[in-house]
Amino acid sequence: MADAVLSISLRQSGPIPLDASISSDAGSVMALVGPSGSGKTTILRAVAGLYRPRHGRVVVNGQVWLDTECGIDVPPYLRRVGLVFQNYALFPHMTALANVMTALGHLPAGARRSRALALLDRVNLAGFETRKPAALSGGQQQRVAVARALARDPDVLLLDEPFSAVDKVTRQRLYVELRELTLSLALPILFVTHDFDEAARVAGRMCLIDRGRVIQTGTPRDVLARPASVRAAALVDLKNVFSARVSRADPSRIWLDWAGRSIEAHAPEGFSGIAPGQAVSWAIPATQVLISRTDMTVADETPNRFAATISDLVHLSESVSVKVRLDGPDRPELSMTLPAHYARRTGLVAGSAVTVALMPDGIHLIMEV
Amino acid sequence: MDWIALALSLRLAALTVLILLPVGIWIGRWLAFSDFRGKGVVEAALALPLVLPPTVIGYYLLVGFGVASPIGEVWFRLFGRGLVFSFEGLLLASVIVNLPFAIQPMQRAFEAIARDVREAGAVSGLSPWQVLARIDLPLAWPGIVTGLVLTFAHTLGEFGVVLMVGGSIPGETRTVAIAIYDRVQAFDNAGAGAMSLLLLVLSLLALSITYGLSARVGKRHG
Repeated sequence: MADAVLSISLRQSGPIPLDASISSDAGSVMALVGPSGSGKTTILRAVAGLYRPRHGRVVVNGQVWLDTECGIDVPPYLRRVGLVFQNYALFPHMTALANVMTALGHLPAGARRSRALALLDRVNLAGFETRKPAALSGGQQQRVAVARALARDPDVLLLDEPFSAVDKVTRQRLYVELRELTLSLALPILFVTHDFDEAARVAGRMCLIDRGRVIQTGTPRDVLARPASVRAAALVDLKNVFSARVSRADPSRIWLDWAGRSIEAHAPEGFSGIAPGQAVSWAIPATQVLISRTDMTVADETPNRFAATISDLVHLSESVSVKVRLDGPDRPELSMTLPAHYARRTGLVAGSAVTVALMPDGIHLIMEV
Repeated sequence: MDWIALALSLRLAALTVLILLPVGIWIGRWLAFSDFRGKGVVEAALALPLVLPPTVIGYYLLVGFGVASPIGEVWFRLFGRGLVFSFEGLLLASVIVNLPFAIQPMQRAFEAIARDVREAGAVSGLSPWQVLARIDLPLAWPGIVTGLVLTFAHTLGEFGVVLMVGGSIPGETRTVAIAIYDRVQAFDNAGAGAMSLLLLVLSLLALSITYGLSARVGKRHG
């Protein structure tokens, strides 16, 4: 933690509750994700100096920007921070070029123009220098905002839901551009979003935030598929979360008793100290549930197979979202996502009798303390 | 036409505008960008001249500026003359009476600037003074000009407060509005008519400018 380029620790009980410790290294993109009102933007604002928490410490490159215990609170204009606001907050009375030049006050006057032109070129906006924000599209405004944030030659780059104000097609293009840009920048980048797919596309690490608290940090894959708690699973919209009891365990596998059904799961790394009879929660991502039309009576080596009935089936643009109810007195519901062509080929409809299989390596045990 | 009264009115209006330019920007900006307990009371106090009869304001200013009052006493000690029935007293009264005319349009104009635009200025490395010069003033200038134009026009037309605080001393406190009243009292309808027409034209001009600028502010932020 001590040698991280950016280290943030914020704590207060109100008016916006905060309990967050986050650190990030140069060249890494950290996504702060969580529901609206969870305090993501407040964390970003505290780093920029636009919000002062009751207790907190923000250190960037060894420089203390905020330390409430020592009474240090560097004003925003003295913090070298690039911030892309949610609605870009471009200066409406200035051209794109002047917007970028405004953030170049640290350069000699003669060098600002050429630097601003180079930055606009870098975000693919050459030729739009003399336009004012009102004459630019949403995507173009976002690029001016990024160029202006980089103009400051920042020690940390902060992006507050930078894609929320552009259409889906533009967004896809901007994801690629931002990804390329972040790969070329040797500074920590904090990126706020409430969209998990967006976080997974842009960020290498993800920080799940709930009511101002960091509840899980890890790679997007880990956070999305391996939630640390039932609450984290709910926040990442992991629908298949159930309770079970451990029936037996060996070093590599664990068997659960799920309301009379036996479930086999892979034991996670470094996993020990689980006793038969212990209550646990388990989760499986929608992509790790398989479905087939074969009858349960057909011999099959696949573990965790259960007879079920399709209760709902929704066609999305590239996939099909399916809900099934397993047979049995408790009739639990499982959600899964299938490729559209598979559903079409097999002729699945609501009411179809199917067999589902839960991939043992997709089953994640939630060991809450 | 009472040219001395006209010159005095113009001088009074110009000096009032000059004083209220920084005062209006400072108070307008403070009210627009800060939130504190009792803000409503401060805003109400500043708006009082809009609703109180000019004679009531004039009465309080007369009492407040008199030699028996602390302000009047300090003034007398410093300059050896009274504040009441003097041009300086009239100017001070004019500044106070015009506070809402100057501050309110400026405050509205500053309020129309999005908070994140000003914050973007700060994170772009602009100091608070640079934010004022490069963001606040360029975006709020129509509101600032409106406040000044209203102040100028209102000062030319003010009657009750001038009469109470300044009386009608030629070259010292007799403004155009007072001179018109004097002309009518002296049955000089031609003189009163000429000066009234002049005030009418000036007021119309001022309001035209104000409405034109208001439309501009709406377009810019709309």
